[in-house]
Parts: sequence; C-alpha cells; structure tokens
Amino acid sequence: MKYVDEFRDGDTARALAGVIRNEVNPDRDYRLMEFCGGHTHAIFRFGIVDLMPDNIRFIHGPGCPVCVLPAGRIEAAIRLVENEGVILCTYADLMRVPAGKRDSLQKARARGADIRMIYSSSDALALARENPEKQVVFFAIGFETTTPPTAAAIKIAQAEGLKNFSVFCNHVETPPAMMTILAAGDAKIDGILGPSHVSTIIGSRAYADCCDKYHVPLVIAGFEPLDVIQSVLMLVRQINAGVATVENQYTRAVSATGNEKAKTLMSEVFEQRALFEWRGLGVLPESAVQIRSEFADFDAEKRFAMPEIETADIKGCICPAVLRGMNNPDECKLFGTACTPEDPKGACMVSSEGACAAYYSYGRYRATAAQP
Amino acid sequence: MSRLDIKNGVIEMGHGSGGKTSATLIEELFVRHFDNALLDQGNDQAAFNVLAGRMVVSTDGHVITPLFFPGGDIGALSVHGTINDVAMSGATPLYLSASFILEEGFPLAGLERIVISMAKASKAAGVPVVTGDTKVVERGKGDGVFITTTGIGIVPEGINISGNQAMPGDILIVSGSIGDHGIAILSSRESLQFGTNIESDSAALHTLVANMVGVAPHIHCLRDPTRGGLATTLNELARQSKVGMRIQETAIPMKAEVKGACELLGLDPLYIANEGKLVCIVPAAHADELLSTMKKHPLGRDAAIIGTVCEDAQQMVVMETAFGGNRVVDWLAGEQLPRIC
Repeated sequence: MKYVDEFRDGDTARALAGVIRNEVNPDRDYRLMEFCGGHTHAIFRFGIVDLMPDNIRFIHGPGCPVCVLPAGRIEAAIRLVENEGVILCTYADLMRVPAGKRDSLQKARARGADIRMIYSSSDALALARENPEKQVVFFAIGFETTTPPTAAAIKIAQAEGLKNFSVFCNHVETPPAMMTILAAGDAKIDGILGPSHVSTIIGSRAYADCCDKYHVPLVIAGFEPLDVIQSVLMLVRQINAGVATVENQYTRAVSATGNEKAKTLMSEVFEQRALFEWRGLGVLPESAVQIRSEFADFDAEKRFAMPEIETADIKGCICPAVLRGMNNPDECKLFGTACTPEDPKGACMVSSEGACAAYYSYGRYRATAAQP
Repeated sequence: MSRLDIKNGVIEMGHGSGGKTSATLIEELFVRHFDNALLDQGNDQAAFNVLAGRMVVSTDGHVITPLFFPGGDIGALSVHGTINDVAMSGATPLYLSASFILEEGFPLAGLERIVISMAKASKAAGVPVVTGDTKVVERGKGDGVFITTTGIGIVPEGINISGNQAMPGDILIVSGSIGDHGIAILSSRESLQFGTNIESDSAALHTLVANMVGVAPHIHCLRDPTRGGLATTLNELARQSKVGMRIQETAIPMKAEVKGACELLGLDPLYIANEGKLVCIVPAAHADELLSTMKKHPLGRDAAIIGTVCEDAQQMVVMETAFGGNRVVDWLAGEQLPRIC
C-alpha cells in the first residue's frame, strides 16, 4: 500500500536495528518512554521489541485517552444518560471502559440507555439536528488531537443556534502529564518518544521546557514502525552524547509551532481547567481544558446537574503504576487472569492502545516462551 | 385470493397469521421464486429419500445491517452462509430450509428483492430451498428481515474433516483475500462515509470444497472465517486441536483497499468477517497439489499457504510480521472498536 509500506519495510528495519545495536553502550540500559498509546500499539503489533537489543527498554506512557479518564467521569455520564434521558454519543473506544461497580457505557446501553458510537464530532451535531426533541450530549475525550474537532462542533452549534447540543468536556493536555511523570522521577526515564498526532497540533516547541527542566531528550516520532525505530536511534545518539533536546523525526507532519488554526480554535472555545483528575496520575493542576463561559450554553456540566463522583480504585489493579511507567503490565496480579480484554478491570486493558491490552494481545508469547 | 401489491405494499401482521393473507404471501413470493418440486407439494415438511452414509446438518441465523450491500444482500448471504457451514465438513450440500422473521411495515418490494436473490443463489448452487416458515413481528420488534437457514448434506465416503484434527507439521491454506465482506459492510453503513470499490465476497464454497477433497481426501480441517475473521477461526481450530500455529503476515492475501480502509479506521483486517473464504489444514505432503487445485477454481484463484501448525501447550497463534518481529494473534474480545487516535 503506497505511503504505508515504505514505512514498514522489514529490510530497512533490520538495517536500522543493526545500527542501533552497534551504537548502544552495552554497559547501560536505555529506558525509553513512548508517551502515546499509538506507539505502544505499533511496538507490539509490528514486533519492534524483537528487533531491539536487550538493553533498550520500552516504558509505556499514559498517552491513551481512554486509559487516563477516571471512572468517576464515566459514571457521571452514565447517570446523566439514565437520569436525564439524553442521547449520549462518544468515540467507540470508550464504550467498554470500566466505570465503578463493574459498570460501563456498553452495559448501560444494554440496559436501555441511548448511547451512540460516533466517528467524528460532526456526527454528534448531525444527531442533534436529527433529534430536535432530545438533548444530545457529546462525551468528548482525548488529547490535543481530538480537542480542535470538539471546538469546531461547539462553534458550529452556536452558529446554527442548536439548542439541544452540549459537550461533556474531558479533553486533557499532553505536556503537563509528561512534566508530572518526569517530576516524580520514579520511572527513571532516559528518553522520550514524543507524540506524533498530538504534536501535529501543538508543535515540537511545546516540549522544550520538559527537556530543559528534566534534562531528558525527546524525539517526536511517527506512528509507523520505521518511524519508531529511527526515533529510537536518534534518542540513543542523544543519550550517548549527553544531550537533551527536542528533535523531530516526524517532519512530514509536525512543525515547530504546530497547527496555528487549530490552536486558535482551541483557545477561542476552551480555557485551562484549574484541576483535573487523571486515572493513574491523580489530580493535576492545569492539565485539562474546560469550555469558556462565552460557550456555556454548550457545556453539559453547566446545562445538567453533574456531580463529581469519586470511585474507589480496583483492588489489586496496578494501572496507576503502569500509566506512570513504574511497572510492566505483566507484573500485575490481575493481568491475564482476572483482567483480560474480554473482561477488563483496569482501563489499560480496554483500548488496544492501552499498555496492558497491547501486552496481552500481542506480546504474551514472550512470557510463555521464557517459561521452562 | 387477493393479489399481493408488491410495488407499494408492506408487511402487515396478517402476513404471519397463518390465514389467507399468509398463504398469498407464500404462494406469490416464496413458492413462486424458490420454485422446486419439493416446495411445490405445499406440505409443512419436505420429504425425500436419503442416501447411505454420513449426513451433516447446520443452521445459521442472518441479521445484517444494511440488508443490501455492495456484492450481496441478506438473501444471498443466508444461502451461502449455510451451504458453506455444511460444506466445511467436506459434505455435498443437498437441501436448505428457510425461516423468515419479518417486521410489520417492511416493504414487499424489498422482500421480493431479497427472495429473488436467495432463489438465484440457491439455483446457482444447485441447493434448493425445500421448506420454510414465515412469522411477522410488530413494528419496532425486528430489524426489517431476519432469515434463518438450515442445510443438510452428505459426506462422501472416506472423508473425515473436523476442527480437532490439526496435527503439528500440517500446512495452513487460505482460499483468497481476507476482509472483503466486513469492509464492504462497513463502507455501506451511513455513519461511515468513505467510498471503496470493495464488494462482499459472499459465495457458496461447496464446489471448491468438492474439488479439494477430490485431490486431497486427507484434509484435516476446513472452516470458513466469518465473524471474528481469520484470527478467530485460527484460534478456534488451535484450541479444538490442542496445537499452536505460526503464520506469516506477508503470505496472507489481502486487497490494498481493505488494508487501506483498516488503516484508516484503526481496525485489524485479521478480525474482519469473510463470507466466501475458507481456511484449510492439510498434511504437508498434500499441500502443494491441493493449492494448485484450489487455484484452478474461480473461488480459490488467490489461495495461499499462510503458515504451519506446531506443538504449543498454550495453543497460541503467533504471526511473524512483515516487519520481521512476532506477535500473538489473539481471540477477538467483544466487538472490534475503532481507535480514537
């Protein structure tokens, strides 16, 4: 397939892996955090780990939008749809994420709640136009990649005077989460594979503070497997040279300043939220956005009574530590036994971008092969 | 008896009452198009002589949205699906039965289109629909049309094909490109506006199977990778036979358009449904001859060897990626959902 096969060429991959093998210092480990679930998915789906020398360790980051959403927010959405009789629409991944008490949007739908899977924010607008007698709430989640389309939907709704459309905003920001993990220091990260799609919006310059403050190199990497391997080589070279700067491997899509139009759109509609809870990382200041008061009519949290819901952690689940890069998924007692993709307990097992699901679905044979 | 208004009429509760209105529907639609001697007898059952040997029976319910899609419709699918389930035992399918659950208000013109398509598929396959049933449910309690078909067939002497017979060393063959049906369905759903030229591969595979068992009577397993796709079928067979499998990504036939649509939607083609493909597990000694026989049949033109069966206590299916790494090809958990970013 044109424009895809070129980035998945096995011979080039093996050649690049050979270069990495020659350049790594055998006396040390290279702990590289891939921030995005998209990278985690690529690393496992294409078997990149098999090509890497043993001392390259991939630490899986929190960049999976459904994994970091706390259960309380999902429970709030379920209560909204069940108590207020709204049509709730959201991106597909979110359907199976566990809320409290083993509930999920999918289970609520089976009980009769009107929850629809959509593919874009314009589908949500279409639903509102088609159902003028019902309130339509868009359960919006994601990093900076999915924030601009939500902003666009709100602006269109305002222009059209759509009275039955609102957004339950859960958009979060990448740099603050990265800073939190680096500040904690417990993941012992030597280098970061930076987000690809997020960076097309916010630009490579957005990570400069991270690199400077914590002296950690960062390479913005595309999601294709050759992108990942080349970025690993770039990180190894920075680490060996004792350098810590932002480099951009994904130049075909990412610029230094990002997408100005999208950034303007985001700041028109959204403002910084003082505090937001992340699953695994806790309550972080200035790490998420909320809808500006000029657009309050389209803010589901203002239109409906939506209380903050606290949910207890799932006993034994180490998702928080996995999301902070401190543990590997297979170090969790629930992994592969009580928690599987069919019956996920922790959020990291739900989305194919989640570290636990990627480990389980693609990587398990390694664990069993290692057993006597 | 009053005539059906096929052009403008719709299904009414009376069409399932068992009375005169039902009889009109059956006469003017089903009997007319299915048109065979056994059905024409007008009994509640079809009676026929059976030959000596092993018989197989299989049943399959068909619910699909949309009812009409590129390359097929629920009618043809309900014939092909059950013929294939019968044929995967190596059997020659003989007869089909069909049970219709119709929703009040469904247009008769649409129903006729479905019945004509079923009749055409069954005539082309040489497997007549010899008995049937029709029920009507109130508006809102169905999804237009549900069709359950049952098929029977006879297994030729000396053929013993079953999902539990795969042996380490056996060869895995797939009969053609995977993922066509599922992508054709997805692309024709209203909510996903992307244009492709992909058509469903919906087809009856029994003549291909007849040629296969003709040259390789010692085929161990046959299965059509429908819902859950190739990945799910391989896992089912691995578990039934208590073996592992090793497959090569580069060997799996796949159309560029299917690959492209999957990339776009964040889906894995290995889990996408097929309706006209089969997976065959055969002892290595017979693999080459079988493959060349398959390639001579129009439905096996793109057949390919995709891997081997091995010993594996964990019964895992592991794929060597085009990239040179390895990954587990696991069971599908729940439904495959598109990823967010």
